[in-house]
Amino acid sequence: MNGACVVVGASHAGAQLAASLRRHGWTGRIVLVGDEACLPYHRPPLSKQYLSGEKGQHEILIRPQAAYAKMDVHLTLGVKVEAIDRARRAVALDNGEDLYYDKLALTVGARPRRIPIHGSELENVFYLRNQADVDRIRACIGSHKRAVIIGGGYIGLEAAAALRSTGMAVTVLEACPRVLQRVTAPQVSAFYHRVHGEQGVEVVVDTCVERIDGSTAAEAVACTGGRCYPADLVIIAVGIVPNTELAASAGLAVGDGIVVDECACTSDPDIVAAGDCTWHYNSIYARHLRLESVQNAHEQASVAAATVCGKRDPYHALPWFWSDQYDLKLQIAGLSQGHDQVIVRGDIERGRSFAAFYMKEGRVLAVDAVNKPQEFMLGKRIITGGIAVDPSRVADEGTSLKDLIGA
Amino acid sequence: MPLINYIESDGTTHSVQVEIGSTVMQGAIENGIEGIVAECGGNCTCATCHCYIDDAWFERLREQEEMEKDMLVFAHDTRPTSRLSCQIQVTEELDGLVVHVPPSQY
Repeated sequence: MNGACVVVGASHAGAQLAASLRRHGWTGRIVLVGDEACLPYHRPPLSKQYLSGEKGQHEILIRPQAAYAKMDVHLTLGVKVEAIDRARRAVALDNGEDLYYDKLALTVGARPRRIPIHGSELENVFYLRNQADVDRIRACIGSHKRAVIIGGGYIGLEAAAALRSTGMAVTVLEACPRVLQRVTAPQVSAFYHRVHGEQGVEVVVDTCVERIDGSTAAEAVACTGGRCYPADLVIIAVGIVPNTELAASAGLAVGDGIVVDECACTSDPDIVAAGDCTWHYNSIYARHLRLESVQNAHEQASVAAATVCGKRDPYHALPWFWSDQYDLKLQIAGLSQGHDQVIVRGDIERGRSFAAFYMKEGRVLAVDAVNKPQEFMLGKRIITGGIAVDPSRVADEGTSLKDLIGA
Repeated sequence: MPLINYIESDGTTHSVQVEIGSTVMQGAIENGIEGIVAECGGNCTCATCHCYIDDAWFERLREQEEMEKDMLVFAHDTRPTSRLSCQIQVTEELDGLVVHVPPSQY
């Protein structure tokens, strides 16, 4: 454990992996390489408090610079890795240097899905993934200006809420019949649609964008059917794709993500991968998947670090997520895909707090909890522990949560 | 700057100075105290910065907000002195605070 470990990607996973290496006893050199010039930062605030201006750069850092020095993690920032040469055990950097490794970790994340739409290259049209993206978006914010957001997923809705809080007029355009269609039940989509309306955001579903009009700057977003939405700022938020190219061109196994085993090892025993870029097996849901979350970045990175240090600490973790919009604090425990029943506890139709329990064959698969932290924490416990609950009592708020699990 | 004492489950003690206005969680992250994970970065969302406040100090902390109380009800391995360290603001009065770090956050 005294060789060199190169970590490619100064992401949440990369920062965690580097720190975990020391904890697992790696005494050799650790180099964390990132293509952004800034220190690793928390990405979730980018579409929330960082966009609205509530938080600044310093406040979203994962660690201050001094903490890396203390761990003896060498930071190589603002530099891109162009290729991996597995035979020579080296990565080629875009500054012309080669970095030699004994162990390599790929925490290369994902990038926004781009859509080939006329006008998307105009100067006030943005994708939202990095701090620099949001810095550019922030320069376009103005209280009497209009923002059009293409995509009603979590990033689009969070951005809508953040921009609305700055006083902008905001429109969200979603191609599907409902917002959050890929990830939530219809009741939850309807809830978010309603609240955004109450906050003054125009949410338009079932609408495809045809083009963005303007000469140098976007002026309007034109949709099929002829509707046109004036815009001073356009954000395209239609999902992300994993960065697999570096791994694929090095001959590593790649699917919808870099293929790793339960110990975060790729098809090369000297190369691990962690975070949004991986295609991995989830032992709780007994299937392969790719996750876009801090939880996975964090916990899979720890597993990968153990593997690099010659230990075996198979990944076994419940995915969880969160989303902050207005006064709504959504916490999601688990993955709801494949549910056959949704039970709602709380007033989802008129209120602003509820928990939706996604069931399959009478067991809880996932919980979406809005302003219901107890239900979220309980949900995590129920799912990981495989605890049985009586579906007929879940919706009844007269039944205490402790009674629900027979505690 | 107030001195905060973080005691890990194996007894290792880290006595570190933490800036006023920062949080007990941030003090742990900045000083590499590994038992405090803080996945959500201080948002009161994940409960992975859970800690036990030393008995002598617990009553001297400002009261918890509802959100924190709710997060702790079903959190992992709680005790009467459990707190989420991201919700404890460091003030002059906390100079000498003793915080026990749990063996695991999961």
